[in-house]
Amino acid sequence: MAVELDVFVGNTTIMDEEVYQLWLDGYTVNDAVKVRMVSEGMEEYEASAEVVMSDTMDQYRTFQMCERLLHNPTKLANQLLFQIPPHRQAMLIERYYTFDDVFVREVLGKKLSKGTKKDLDDVSSKTGITLKSCRRQFDNFKRVFKVVEELKGPLVENIRQNFILSDKLARDYAAIVFFANNRFETGKRKLQYLTFQDFAFCAGQLIKNWTVGAVGESVFLYVLDNMVEDMDVDLDKEFLQDLKELKILITDKDLLDQHKSLVCTALRGKTKVYTEMETNFKNLSRGLVNIAAKLTNTKDVRDFFIDLVEKFIEPCRSDRWASADMRLYLTHYTNSAHLLDTFKYQVVWDRYMGVIKSCIFKMYHD
Amino acid sequence: MPGKLKAKIVAGRHLPVMDRASDLTDAFVEVKFGNTTFKTDVYPKCLNPQWNSEWFKFEVDDEDLQDEPLQITVLDHDTYSANDAIGKVYIDIDPLLCSEAASVISGWFPIYDTIHGIRGEINVLVKVDLFNDLNRFRQSSCGVKFFCTTSIPLCYRAAMVHGFVEELVVNEDPEYQWIDRIRTPRASNEARQRLISLMSGELQRKIGLKVLEMGGNAVVGYLQCFDLEGESGIVVRAIGTACTLDKLSAGANANAYTHPNTAPASNACNSPSKDSKESPLAHGCRSTHNSPVHSTCSAQRLSQNFSVSVPTLIFAGMGSGGSVGKEAGPLKMLLRQQTQTALEQREFPFFTLTCFPPGFLVHVGGVVSARSVKLLDRIHNPDEPETRDAWWEEIRQEIKSHAKALGCHAVVGYSESTSICEEVCILSAAGTAAILNPRYMREGCLDIGSGDHRFDEPSPPSCGFCHIPYDELNMPFPAQLTYCYQCRRQKVPDVLFTTIDLPTEAAVSGKGCLIQARLCRLKKKAQGEVNATSISNLLPFMEYELHTQLMNKLKLRSMNALFGLRIQISIGENMLLGLASATGVYLSALPTPGGIQIAGKASGDLSNEQHVLSIQKRINDAMAKNKEMYHINPPELSEEAAGSPIPEPKQRSRLFRSQSESSDELSELDLSHGKKDAFVLEIDDTDAVEDIHSLLTDAPPPAGFYSCNTEVMPGVYNWTSGLQMFTSVRVLRLSNANLTNQSLNKIFTDMCENLLKSLYFKLRSMIPCCLCHVNFTVAVPEDELIQVAVTAVAMSFDKEPILEKLGDRAVFKGAGENEDQLQFPMELCAESASVAISNLTAKFTGVPEYAGGPSRATSVDYGSFADRCSTWLELIRLKAHTIRRGSVKTSRRTQSLARSVSSSERCSPLPEGRSRSLRSTRSSGGGGGGTAVTVVKMTPLSFLPGTRLIKYLGIINMFFIRETTSLREEGGVSGFLHTFIAEVFAMVRAHVAALGGNAVVSYSMKECVFMENPNKNQAQCLINVSGDAVVFVRDTDQEATPTLIHTSCGGTDGPT
Repeated sequence: MAVELDVFVGNTTIMDEEVYQLWLDGYTVNDAVKVRMVSEGMEEYEASAEVVMSDTMDQYRTFQMCERLLHNPTKLANQLLFQIPPHRQAMLIERYYTFDDVFVREVLGKKLSKGTKKDLDDVSSKTGITLKSCRRQFDNFKRVFKVVEELKGPLVENIRQNFILSDKLARDYAAIVFFANNRFETGKRKLQYLTFQDFAFCAGQLIKNWTVGAVGESVFLYVLDNMVEDMDVDLDKEFLQDLKELKILITDKDLLDQHKSLVCTALRGKTKVYTEMETNFKNLSRGLVNIAAKLTNTKDVRDFFIDLVEKFIEPCRSDRWASADMRLYLTHYTNSAHLLDTFKYQVVWDRYMGVIKSCIFKMYHD
Repeated sequence: MPGKLKAKIVAGRHLPVMDRASDLTDAFVEVKFGNTTFKTDVYPKCLNPQWNSEWFKFEVDDEDLQDEPLQITVLDHDTYSANDAIGKVYIDIDPLLCSEAASVISGWFPIYDTIHGIRGEINVLVKVDLFNDLNRFRQSSCGVKFFCTTSIPLCYRAAMVHGFVEELVVNEDPEYQWIDRIRTPRASNEARQRLISLMSGELQRKIGLKVLEMGGNAVVGYLQCFDLEGESGIVVRAIGTACTLDKLSAGANANAYTHPNTAPASNACNSPSKDSKESPLAHGCRSTHNSPVHSTCSAQRLSQNFSVSVPTLIFAGMGSGGSVGKEAGPLKMLLRQQTQTALEQREFPFFTLTCFPPGFLVHVGGVVSARSVKLLDRIHNPDEPETRDAWWEEIRQEIKSHAKALGCHAVVGYSESTSICEEVCILSAAGTAAILNPRYMREGCLDIGSGDHRFDEPSPPSCGFCHIPYDELNMPFPAQLTYCYQCRRQKVPDVLFTTIDLPTEAAVSGKGCLIQARLCRLKKKAQGEVNATSISNLLPFMEYELHTQLMNKLKLRSMNALFGLRIQISIGENMLLGLASATGVYLSALPTPGGIQIAGKASGDLSNEQHVLSIQKRINDAMAKNKEMYHINPPELSEEAAGSPIPEPKQRSRLFRSQSESSDELSELDLSHGKKDAFVLEIDDTDAVEDIHSLLTDAPPPAGFYSCNTEVMPGVYNWTSGLQMFTSVRVLRLSNANLTNQSLNKIFTDMCENLLKSLYFKLRSMIPCCLCHVNFTVAVPEDELIQVAVTAVAMSFDKEPILEKLGDRAVFKGAGENEDQLQFPMELCAESASVAISNLTAKFTGVPEYAGGPSRATSVDYGSFADRCSTWLELIRLKAHTIRRGSVKTSRRTQSLARSVSSSERCSPLPEGRSRSLRSTRSSGGGGGGTAVTVVKMTPLSFLPGTRLIKYLGIINMFFIRETTSLREEGGVSGFLHTFIAEVFAMVRAHVAALGGNAVVSYSMKECVFMENPNKNQAQCLINVSGDAVVFVRDTDQEATPTLIHTSCGGTDGPT
């Protein structure tokens, strides 16, 4: 004797958040039942494995039926098949699009292609996240990417509106899209210590300050007029061109020395690693300015983060700078440039250093 | 040309991609009514087309308006090949024909395809202009309102209740026509859907005509069913209660039922002994009881027309006559005569209502039922449905005579059903014999005497309906009577079974609970008459055993009455399934049920004695537990009533089968009169194993849950608006070919129990909560398949013991008891003793243990002289002797008054004031807001807690077929059915929303026929649902006032 068919359908669709999470995490029905049986509160209902099994199957089926709608969250609100209270709808969507930081770290900056998808089983075994969950997360990235790729206007806003996500999640997705679009290298060994949230922060800075959409109100209107695509996704080419001018800071010997003495004067007595700062000044400055100058090359854009680490963060770390030292140094380094009479590219310098500063602050772990 | 139907196609959305190349669709719409078709333009390359069509106008007879649905087909235009259908929408325009209902249908409808399910949505506007035609009611019956609700709808007042209306129409089933061999499954399904839609329209129109003839304007308790008879066609039949309803203004609504105490009282207290003229009828009833024997004979004679009149198990008492209120006698006579004249004009004094206006129901006799096994004839003439008519006529006559035998003139809570397997069909009818107040059947009499006669009347409404309607000197069956524990003046039976809802004014102790009896019987595969005969031979045994189970379970819960009793018997090729569901309650007017006494057969054996004792202990424990769990605390008896409410074993009279003859029985009954007698279970044979087994293995619902199959749970009043209607379906495949009756029974019982457990688990977030209107339907779709479908509503309530505010409640409710209710675990089946017991049982009774489960043997000792019964017939007759009463006395007048006050706002006992403390966050409807989709609540009940129904928009009666040829791809049978049921809900909601409604009440799934062929990767399912579309408003606007009113009511009325 076997249960041939077993369904439960409520007028209001019943969804258990715990089971939903298990489903999202890619648990099979049997595994989910095992987890649920030992979870809290089950004895209270004297739930037998049979009952929990039946409930889990039902819920899994419901989720599968809903999944089609979750791919297009705006539809969920006006579909007729499931009667789901709005706050539950929001929960379903938010959870469906929530991803594991460990997972996203593996695919961040990679092309969201079939090839990458094929490698997901490696990612799965590496991260311990089920393949099913990996696929869902990957498909989510891809889906969001595809939709916003064709849209004009601010990236975060587009994501939030089309996928009805919370602000935080929309920003994370914006970062993922931004990374995928610019193919930033994040997988190198030296970058392994960085978390997704570090990168997401940096992406936010880049989007906010270095893209076409970032430049002031007037430019924004101009952008709307000309329907520039991907205003938030691509870096501002003009700006990148301008960055080449910063080279003068390292190529002009006088300027370099002047800059160094200004910084050193300001730093003296305020830090324990003053000597290291003084000795390394030229090296570090060269590193940062060179990164700026090379950003016109797509290849170098991809290496932006690895360059930051190699050229700046690693030397500092080997000299055991504390985070506070780093902040102090970069602040004075940026500000002192304004005092250089012959240095005319103050605006570009600020736009560049503003982002670099906050990125390095974020990326510099003690 | 009395009507103009206008339709406008506005837009579509979420359409499926029909053109793979472009990933888009070129959609257009065909609008068809009768034989006229209009088309919209093609809206090219779009999944969200905006047609914004002109108004398509159909000029039609109103007869057609009633019969035909508006048929909307969405298609994909194809230049080179035939246009592909995307799906259809059928819109029943009947609600538009009634001025009080909806005026326009407007909204998004799911586009439904029988193969693909819902494929996008379409926005449609429909209006009807009816021309006033003096002859308008000639052929059509526009304007007659239909209600599925089996009570007077909440915003109406019954000016008059005319009585029973029935009709049936037959047609060939398109699926069995020759053309079906060459057309696509889709075409065949659509033909069927359309045909049934047409037939229901026609049926409704015809019933409407009958109502108009009777002078009514509405049908309440409209019950429409389909019989898919296969080769011999489709029968669509309907029954209902014709009424004249007056719409209440919003203000009057609340006061519609404020005088519940008056009507029954005027007739209630009478001396039954005066009704000697009833005696011939009572004798007649005896013979009705015996009728199964005649039927069995007749079955052998002509098996094709076999009809089993099932034992009408009316458990009334049998007591020595009493001298009661002599002056009341003539009054009763008068009432009888009045009622008789009012009712005798009718062919069938039947009422499909289960809930009545206060005062309508005077006395209740008991359940009457009749079943008949028929062979479906192959030759079939759709134009002459006489055969089917005759069949039902026959059954109804039988019911009528049963009722007469019980001294009743009417049958209430009446329903009819069928079960079909191949060419054998069981027709069943059941109801509750009753005496009704004739005032409702005479024009203009309703409002007379609506003043407060409470204090003049000898009998309060809280117990009047329990008083026996028959003559106690010539009782239709042996039973035991006592004086009513409420009013002390009239006789009441010791146990009462009914098919109706608990009257709102009834005095009840504690809470109710769902009681189910389940039974499987194997049957040899056979054909034709042989098959029919074997089925009809089995039926009486099944009825008998189901009743035994019900009685045992009722006793175990220390309750004395069953409401909403529904017995379903389903036939399969090789088995019969029986399922009886009812809600057990403790009626304060009836005596306390006695304990259950276990008796061993060989009483000399010492170890057997011990075994018996241990079982006895468990039963006693279980009863005590149940009493606590259901809060059954009748007040201690005063001296005038003999016996104490809690039976002590030593007080029981031990009755052994071998000891007595029927004469002894009577004397023993006399001796024990007034004491709570034991209900004796004797452990001696195999059947008894099942009895005790099912008795002790039924797990009570987990803490925080209650369940019932009636409109509301007695004893639970403070509902919140938290509400969840659901349908659950399970199909079990029996793998073992060598099943015995016992193992089959166990499987079936476990299946039902597990299903209930699953429901409790699923709905645990709603605790404290009550599953109301739990409606089980069983079927045997194929060999070795058992299907159980449940539709019910879970309603959460506030745990705060508001009851204590009512003074009389507090008297017998211990402090904090309401919290304690959750503390009684259900250990009934978990007792460790069970193994030992079953071992002993096996040893002493020779019953082999099966399936490792505890097999406890028992049997009902039928009044201690069942031994001499060699036939089941005698058992049945004697069974009535077995029910003794315990005794208890309670003066629950105050309580009932308080309750009737609470019912003032509606006919169901929902105290609006109490439900005010809503946890609105629980609202299962989802609270709305922010979305374009209207939240539509659905409930099988006739009301929504915490709300007022302000408008009935019309009846929802929908029939859908879904088929798939890619079962695996759709998630197997479960995935397929899950989707389909969700789609059906969605379509019901969409139709209600389009009518302007926000809820469906009295929702029911009347049919769910599921067929599968996994080998071919195919499945098909038919679902028929119905309900009343309504508009409700929340009560929150008058937050404080009603609560005050209620408090004051409780305060003032309490001490009376």
